[in-house]
Amino acid sequence: MIKRGSKVTVIGLVLPVRVWAQRFALLGFFTLSFALIVFSRSDWTGIPQIRTTIVDTVSPILYVLNQPVEALSNATMSVENFFLVYTQNHKLRDENARLLQWVHEARRLGVENATLRAQLAYVPDKRTHFVTARVVADTGGTFFQSILINAGAQEYIRLGQAVVWQGGLVGRIVEVGERTSRVLLMIDINSRIPVMIQSTGDRAILKGDNSSRPRLEFLPGNSPISPGDWVVTSGHGGVYPPGIAVGAVAQISDGVITLQPMVEWSKLSQAIILDYGVNGILPPPERLPASSNTSK
Amino acid sequence: MNTLPIILWLKRCLVNILPMCMTFLFVLIGYLPWPISFFAEIAPAFAIISLYYWLVFRPDLMPYFVVFSLGILQDAISGAPFGLYAMVYIIIRALVINQRRFIIGKPFWVFWVAFGLVASIAGLLSWCLASIYRGAVLPTDAPLIALIMTVTLFPVIAWIFLQVQRKVIGTMGA
Repeated sequence: MIKRGSKVTVIGLVLPVRVWAQRFALLGFFTLSFALIVFSRSDWTGIPQIRTTIVDTVSPILYVLNQPVEALSNATMSVENFFLVYTQNHKLRDENARLLQWVHEARRLGVENATLRAQLAYVPDKRTHFVTARVVADTGGTFFQSILINAGAQEYIRLGQAVVWQGGLVGRIVEVGERTSRVLLMIDINSRIPVMIQSTGDRAILKGDNSSRPRLEFLPGNSPISPGDWVVTSGHGGVYPPGIAVGAVAQISDGVITLQPMVEWSKLSQAIILDYGVNGILPPPERLPASSNTSK
Repeated sequence: MNTLPIILWLKRCLVNILPMCMTFLFVLIGYLPWPISFFAEIAPAFAIISLYYWLVFRPDLMPYFVVFSLGILQDAISGAPFGLYAMVYIIIRALVINQRRFIIGKPFWVFWVAFGLVASIAGLLSWCLASIYRGAVLPTDAPLIALIMTVTLFPVIAWIFLQVQRKVIGTMGA
C-alpha cells in the first residue's frame, strides 16, 4: 500500500513538471523563432554570421551529397550529347567558318587599336580576376532565389562581386563565409540591376520577381525596343561592371517587358566570381577579413 | 570489464538519433542542385515528410529542440529569414502531436490525407511569413506545384521510413 502510494506521488509530481516543460518548450521556441525573424530584419550582423557558420559547417556534407547528383548530371549530358552529336557537329562547322572571318577582322582591329592607343597614350583597363566555384546548393526555392557556392573568404571572395556563368550574369555575392558564399540570383524579388539595351543604348532597371523571367522597368517611353534585343549591365550604381550580358528581351505586352536570362538555371553547376575591383587587384591575404563578412 | 552495456547503450543512442539524422539529410537533399529544369522552384519539401512521419510515430525522438534546430538549418541554407522555417516546424510539431491520436491505427489514406493538410498548412504559413517579410505578394504557382509534388511523393518516402522503423528503430516505448 505504502509503495503504491509513494509511486503515485512521484508520478504525480513528475507529470505536471513534464507537461509544463512541454508547454514552455512550445512557447519558448515559438518566441525565440519570432525574435530571430525580427532580428534578421534588422541590421544586426550576428544573424548573417550564424547563418554563414552553419552553412560553412554543413558544406562538406552538401559537397558529398552532390557527388551522385553530379554523376547523374554528367550521365544525362553524355546521353544527350550522343544523340545530338551529328546536328551539333554540323552547327559547329557553320559557326567555325563564320568565326574564322571574325578572327581575321579581330586581328586587323587589334593592330589598328594598338596603333591608335600608342598615339593617344591610352591607359589600359584594369585586369579582371576571377574565381571559379561549384554550386553546392540551389536554394532557388519558391520564396528565396539564391545559390550557395563552395568558395568563400579563403578564396578571396568578397561582398558585392558579380557572378557569371557561360558569359551571362547570374547575380551577386551577398554573404561570404570562410568556405562558402551565397549568390543572390538576378531573378530574386530583391534584385535590382541597372542595365542597358545593347542596340539602342537606352538604360533601364532589371527587377526580379522570383519568376524565371525578370522585368525591365524605367525604360524611356519612346525606346524602340523589340523582342530579341540583347540586354547588358550598364555599370551604373557601381555594383555590377558594365557590359556583362544579362539576357534578351522575351516579351512586350501591356507595357510589361520581360527578359529571358542568358543563363540556363538548370545547367548552373558552376559559377565564375568576377573581381573587377575598384583598386584593380585583389588585396593581399593579410588584408582580407579573418572572420566571415556578411551583408544583406 | 564488461563492454556489452556500453555497446548496447551506444547502439540505442544511434538508433534514437536516426530520425533526426534522416530529417537532417532530407533538409540538405531538398537543396541539392538537381540538373532538371525548374526543379529547384518546385522541389518537394522532403524535410516536411520526414518530420511528419517521425512526429506521428516517434514524437519522443523529435523534441522541440531538435525540430527547432532543423528549422534553423533550413533557414541557414535556404536564405530565408532566420527563424521562419524554425517557427513553421514548431507549429507543425504542436499540431501533429495534438492530432496524432486521430491518425495512429487508422488506414493509410487517413495518414496521407492528414499529411496533405499538414503540408498545406506548412506551405501556407511559409508563404505568408515570407510575403510579410519581403513586403510583397510572392508567386503562388510554384509553391502549389511543390506542394502537389510533396503530397504525391509522400507514400514512397513514408514506405522507406516504415521499413527503417520496423527493422531498426521500433515503435514508441519499445
